[in-house]
Amino acid sequence: MAVITDALCPFCGCVCDDLTIVTENNKITEVKHACKLGAAKIMGHHRIKAPMMRKDKHSEFKEVSYEEAINEAARILSNSKRPLLYGWASAVCEVHKKGILLAEELGAIIDNTATVCHAPSTLAVHEKGLPSATLGQIKNRADVIVFWGSNPVHAHPRHMGRYSVFAKGLFSEKGRKGRKVIVLDVRKTETANMADEFVQLEQGSDYLVVSALRAILSGHADVVPESVGGVSKDALLKLVDTLKTGKFVGIFFGMGLTQSKSRYKNIDNAISLVTELNAFTKCVITPMRGHYNVTGFGNVCAWETGFATAVDFSRGAPYYNPGETAANDVLIRKETDAAMIIAGDAGAHFPADSVRHLARIPIIQIDPYWNATTEVANVVIPVAICGVEVEGTAYRMDGVSLRMRKMIEPTHPPDTEILEKITERVKVLRGE
Amino acid sequence: MTLKVTLITGRTINQGATIENKTSSDYMEATACCELNSKDVALLGKPGANVRVKTKHGEVVVKLKENNGNPDGLAFIPMGPWANAVVDPDTKGCGMPGFKGIPAEIEVTNDKILLMKELIARYK
Repeated sequence: MAVITDALCPFCGCVCDDLTIVTENNKITEVKHACKLGAAKIMGHHRIKAPMMRKDKHSEFKEVSYEEAINEAARILSNSKRPLLYGWASAVCEVHKKGILLAEELGAIIDNTATVCHAPSTLAVHEKGLPSATLGQIKNRADVIVFWGSNPVHAHPRHMGRYSVFAKGLFSEKGRKGRKVIVLDVRKTETANMADEFVQLEQGSDYLVVSALRAILSGHADVVPESVGGVSKDALLKLVDTLKTGKFVGIFFGMGLTQSKSRYKNIDNAISLVTELNAFTKCVITPMRGHYNVTGFGNVCAWETGFATAVDFSRGAPYYNPGETAANDVLIRKETDAAMIIAGDAGAHFPADSVRHLARIPIIQIDPYWNATTEVANVVIPVAICGVEVEGTAYRMDGVSLRMRKMIEPTHPPDTEILEKITERVKVLRGE
Repeated sequence: MTLKVTLITGRTINQGATIENKTSSDYMEATACCELNSKDVALLGKPGANVRVKTKHGEVVVKLKENNGNPDGLAFIPMGPWANAVVDPDTKGCGMPGFKGIPAEIEVTNDKILLMKELIARYK
């Protein structure tokens, strides 16, 4: 029996780094301190045993060798005129680097799961910057915590305990008792049930409510009507007062802002509110990132290509324009003629029209698990699980880079090895 | 009875805990469902009934569930293949499809809930 202490969790953007893992004969037998999400991933499930291929999307898969699958993957990609390399968020940064090299070699589009998550936040950050802080600063200093369109009880279960609501720190020694917690959402979530104030908005009215708060903050309460987006003017006035008088306000936001009407403009407006609040007090804003290393992909892609996601290499130089080059844009326009889906599940998490197109073109899947993408794949290459069987770098939701630890020896090759081999083979096929 | 609602999709703890195990019945139970408050549920039938959720983008059969956190006329389906059968694919010029705020109609049905494999097979 071996015990690993201070292990890191490869599930959500919290990347909790205080887990204890018990192993026996290269199997994980116990996970301590993890939430339900982290424990389920680390304890593991039924894996894809061996590489698989099939003649067409309707026939059964047949097991093949890694060499055969890699050669077929390289053939599909090098024959493609408009390949898409998508996923990445459940893999470490070392995998992202290899993926970007392959995208450049192919002249492909590379996009990650942020495209259905926080990519609109990135667009807003281009416009306004991101007045943010590390989770450590928030834990140690924040006396007002706001969750807007975000439900950490379900999506980031240990966030409140480790970094925000309940966490005790240097200047927040009272923990929950010393904090005011505000939740803005369209429904009364379990997170809202724990808040001091719950502000219920009408669906799709976030932009209006942020604008009303900004108007009040800048001394123009007189122009705000009696109700905005289902929220009474009194509640808005009270909220502005709470935000202004807090010593350190930490705002966290989720898909309620990025996926609703107005998309990135909601976040753009919210960042302006935060900037303006800093004339009165200290206020920071942080996206609640979903996958444990979706932030890592944004970082690696930005330093390698200049852009965080949705990068199109077809012109020979990186080009980026979400709305044109994001994964769902090119799938819905039926532009993509082959795709590699790795460390993400487009089959489960893209709208039906996008999946319908994936079902018509050759698909290579690189993943430890059988998922909805497998159902539309032609070539399936199983790999080791990053953060459980493979060490590497991941970025927490606040942009702090952490080293993921290996808990057990892998039974499958790592993504990096598969990507290197595919890239080498692509070069051979192209006569380079 | 057809109930007109606004549909949103999103994460839940059970959806997340089964996300790497999508062929399991636990994943289907966690994600092939539609939550309405008890008042809206009562207009349609009882929790546990199969309902057809229809939008202009598609339709899907899921299980009716009660969640009294929802205001009247707001339906929630956990993110996943069942939700994505009916969401708005339009990325509105910024790459993000419409996963929240979709006008939808819900009615009770005797049709069965498709397995993930069957659901995706419809796209082939």
